[in-house]
Amino acid sequence: MPRLHINNLYWDAVQQLSRRKLVLVCIGIIVIYVCIALLGIFNVLPDYQTRVSTGYEAPSLEFAKLLGTDIFGRSVLYKILAGTKTAMLIGVLVTSISVPIGVILGALAGYYGGVVDVGIVWLYTVISSVPYILMVIAISYVIGKGLVAICLAMGLLGWVGLCRLIRSEVLKTRNLEYVSAARVIGANDIQIIFSHILPNVVHLAIISASLQILGAIKSEVILTFLGVGIQDGSSWGSMISDATGELVQGIWWPLAGVVLAMFLIIYALNVVSDALRDALDPKLRGSTEGAEGNAPLDVKAAAVQKA
Amino acid sequence: MVGYIIRRLLYIIPTIMGVAVLVFVLFTVAGEDPVRIALGQHATPQAIADLEALWGLDQPLWKQFLDFLGQIVTFDYGESYFTGEVLSEAFASGALVSLSLTLPPFVLGLVLNIAIAMMIAYYRDTWIDRFATATAVISMSFSYLVYIIAMQYFLAYEFEWFPINGYAQGLDAIPYLALPWLIIMLVSIGPDVRIYRTIFLNEMQTNYVRTARAKGVSEPSVLFIHILKNAMIPILTFTIVAVPFLILGSFLMERFFSIPGLGDLMITAINNGDFPVLKGMTMYITMTYALFNLITDLLIAAVDPRVKLN
Repeated sequence: MPRLHINNLYWDAVQQLSRRKLVLVCIGIIVIYVCIALLGIFNVLPDYQTRVSTGYEAPSLEFAKLLGTDIFGRSVLYKILAGTKTAMLIGVLVTSISVPIGVILGALAGYYGGVVDVGIVWLYTVISSVPYILMVIAISYVIGKGLVAICLAMGLLGWVGLCRLIRSEVLKTRNLEYVSAARVIGANDIQIIFSHILPNVVHLAIISASLQILGAIKSEVILTFLGVGIQDGSSWGSMISDATGELVQGIWWPLAGVVLAMFLIIYALNVVSDALRDALDPKLRGSTEGAEGNAPLDVKAAAVQKA
Repeated sequence: MVGYIIRRLLYIIPTIMGVAVLVFVLFTVAGEDPVRIALGQHATPQAIADLEALWGLDQPLWKQFLDFLGQIVTFDYGESYFTGEVLSEAFASGALVSLSLTLPPFVLGLVLNIAIAMMIAYYRDTWIDRFATATAVISMSFSYLVYIIAMQYFLAYEFEWFPINGYAQGLDAIPYLALPWLIIMLVSIGPDVRIYRTIFLNEMQTNYVRTARAKGVSEPSVLFIHILKNAMIPILTFTIVAVPFLILGSFLMERFFSIPGLGDLMITAINNGDFPVLKGMTMYITMTYALFNLITDLLIAAVDPRVKLN
């Protein structure tokens, strides 16, 4: 019996992804981290503040002491789990602020052109010409340090790369025949943007979202390390900050635990973003914008377009 | 050409105005009160009023904003609230230190990463390519912090190949800078090589490469003579915009290795609420960023005859 073939970009992408073992393993890792984060949000994770033994106990086979204990005898594993919740929460919150802004502003600029375009381009030029890290610090300075502040700050700044990309794609799309056809049969601007143009660029938003989660997790750790991020200690950044001094005393397990936890999720997100890009956008295959940069995805196109 | 440059320089003005408003709102209107930070909770009203008058904070906001615009035009941001240093001098010496930290590994890394990427592109679709690409992804998955901590611990503390931290004037700084240079280069290999490899692979599919191969040009000379030249356009675009941020150095590097550059100056200013430093530095970075965007476009026009400046 012939298999039903659904000719759809997203269905093809799912099939392509499910054929690659490494990608499946990485998706599994992400799912585990998401589950840990959900447990944390519903307050079922063990309390990382509880002392489970004396200070600086090396790793042993007991669950709470799998990764040893810190200076106060708190479980390193529990602290890492609490940090996992923080990191995943920030990744998702930042992305859910920046991606909609990027898509909507990009679509408006590309579709309407003229004054709207000039205004939006001006806005992102202003934002991207200020050092990213300084803006995040400045905003958390204004609205107070903590989780909300760095989510807002990173979210309100992180949309520039995606906005640029969507804008240039919409510019190419808006005069295509099918859009003119929709206009002729009486579709209004909103219908054209949402049901005719955006479906053709939404894969860019998906790719960008996976990179944004990755970038937000990496940035949060660095911001917290610099002292402007999460203040209550439930962050990988503050764990790394503490562990740096402990390393010279031969206390290696807190650092090793955090490094491993961070590596796994960042590696998994890297592999899955790459796979998503390959599956969803053959044109961009293999190119990368790195985790934290706002460099355009398609370097060549950007070079030609700028000139 | 000259007309184009002048027009582009004029385009920078709205951007600078935008950044000026943003910075002013963030630091002067909405930010914490620097007088409170300086004098603490129990200052007398008289002391507060005196300090506000000294720093010009008793003026109406529109007057303060106009003064700020004046500072931007004259490149004179006054003095630091806390150290009393003249900022133009502090910025100049800090920028030199930061550049000595970031520029050498930037240039060396560019050459090295292009070389590695060309090699990988030459061996595309072999195990070398697959191994290198997989290694790049793994190397990108460690936090910057991990590289710094691990290399400082092993190379400087355990093996004592480098000083742990510190800085010296002039050429004496080189031993202190060697390890940070090494780290910056190492961290850049993964992401940069991947981007350059993609650029080279894109070029390899073009018609001029097919023509060159068809007329019997050897593969190495296709790579070095034909492709490298064309690939430099996207590589330049990608790289030059990063230069202004080199001036800032690296916040993390300067903190770990106690290097007195601009990043260090900025972190100190953030902790002290030293707004003149933050405002001045942001404006300098914005201007250099806009300038280097212009330089990128001019360079592209110089190397690519298809691009017309208008």
